[in-house]
Amino acid sequence: MNDLLTGFQMALNLILAADPEVLTITLTTLRITFTSVLIGTLISIPLGAAITFREFRGKKTLISIIQTLYALPTVIVGLLCYMVLSRSGPLGDLKWLFTPNGMIFGQTILIIPIMAGLTIAALQAIDPIITDTIRSLGATRLQFLKSHLREARFAIMAAIIVGFSRAISEVGTAIMIGGNIKGHTRVLTTAISLQTSMGNFNLSLALGIILLAIALIINLIMGFVQNR
Amino acid sequence: MIGKLSFGIIALVLGAMLFCGAVSAEKVESLGEHGADRLLIATTTSLDATKLLDLLEEKFKKETGVTVEHVAVGTGQALEIARNCDADIVMVHDRVAEDKFIDEGFGVDRRVFGYNYFLLVGPKNDPAKVAGLNGTAAFMAIEKATAEDPSVIFVSRGDNSGTHSREKLLWKWGGYDYADINSSEWYREAGAGMGQTLTMADELQGYTLTDSASWGTYESNLSLVPLVENDEKFLNVYAVMRVNDEKCPDVNTEMAKKWINFMISDEVQDILQTYGVEKNGVPYFNPGRGSADVMGVTDEETKDPVV
Repeated sequence: MNDLLTGFQMALNLILAADPEVLTITLTTLRITFTSVLIGTLISIPLGAAITFREFRGKKTLISIIQTLYALPTVIVGLLCYMVLSRSGPLGDLKWLFTPNGMIFGQTILIIPIMAGLTIAALQAIDPIITDTIRSLGATRLQFLKSHLREARFAIMAAIIVGFSRAISEVGTAIMIGGNIKGHTRVLTTAISLQTSMGNFNLSLALGIILLAIALIINLIMGFVQNR
Repeated sequence: MIGKLSFGIIALVLGAMLFCGAVSAEKVESLGEHGADRLLIATTTSLDATKLLDLLEEKFKKETGVTVEHVAVGTGQALEIARNCDADIVMVHDRVAEDKFIDEGFGVDRRVFGYNYFLLVGPKNDPAKVAGLNGTAAFMAIEKATAEDPSVIFVSRGDNSGTHSREKLLWKWGGYDYADINSSEWYREAGAGMGQTLTMADELQGYTLTDSASWGTYESNLSLVPLVENDEKFLNVYAVMRVNDEKCPDVNTEMAKKWINFMISDEVQDILQTYGVEKNGVPYFNPGRGSADVMGVTDEETKDPVV
């Protein structure tokens, strides 16, 4: 109990004092997570729409696979990306291992299945009457897509929030690809992991509180948008 | 209308995200991301946990303008990272593994820059009565005690780090087959770094092998006590070498050589002499300069600059 209270106090102090190291860690976290979510969104939503509105063989299987990949372990993504990004791997020339770019690469891959899957679920949940109506009104393909995305916007936004949450809270990919380099690839989760392993539970807790606060703020903003 | 408003807000949020990303990107990139002026070290954890590398990297940056960064992992993993050409330098402490790395043609220009000692730490009540024994005898005493006393536990790094290698050697020197030890009930393989292993040993009130630098760093959070120290079998020698550019053409050889020479320079050796004394009583790492005999290496390996 005492430890928890000290942790909260410490978190507050660190935030109020704008501790430069904590600030760097937080900014790195935000940069990597936001970029991953942005790229992930740009890939997942069109992908989800394409899968939903196209008929092809193996569609159900594909959707099942995507849903299975919701449970894709972060360390597996970390391991595969490590092997791909290593200088001795196929994308070694990018020199992305142990850099923020590599972490964005990994996290994007990590969140695509869940964001695409939830997009598919969102679009499938649209009342078929609406779909028929839009069709019968002679909508062009683009209009058709736009109107559906608008219909499903709340659920799609939820998909983005889930992707964001998975990206900001994961530690496996971040530590394996990023290497937890101070000032460079150290993010909130890897810093928490490090500080815990060093027995600095209070600092860990403080960093955890900052992470949760960020998640809360993002969710509030998104919730505000949804309620409009 | 409502649609437009929410689109506006979404655009605003995305804009803020990008801005945030751009600002921190600038910050991160100023730390150097591009080949020539970034040197990556794969290092053993103790050099990181004591914050020694942070200090040295800062000094090196001031002198050469080169950004040096490190990933802190066990010695085994550090060498593995280097084998994949993902680091320019390795800083490790496992002679056998280092020799193998050099023989394979990956490691070149090995220099020895410092040493300290491993120590066996354990619970205050010392159920296996190892205090005062020599290194090998202490390990044997632990194994014997486990037969009678189920509270005797040994926690191992279990991660192929330099410390884990030495621990395996100590079992071997005691006449055991490591496979037997490893499958024993009282032997707990943490598969973790030094800090975490110490914390685990503390929670389980078990014995574990650690190095004096890590011990000095973590000691204050632990109830364990040092039981066997300064044993000749516990000598712990730290080496630096660069990754061979014939195996890995992309490595930054020129700067890697500068870093090695920096490590054996008087400037760094003087820092080692005093680093940690204030907190720990003794230096975390004794300078390698002039101690070739103690460390069992050649004089050249401690002082000859690489060219």
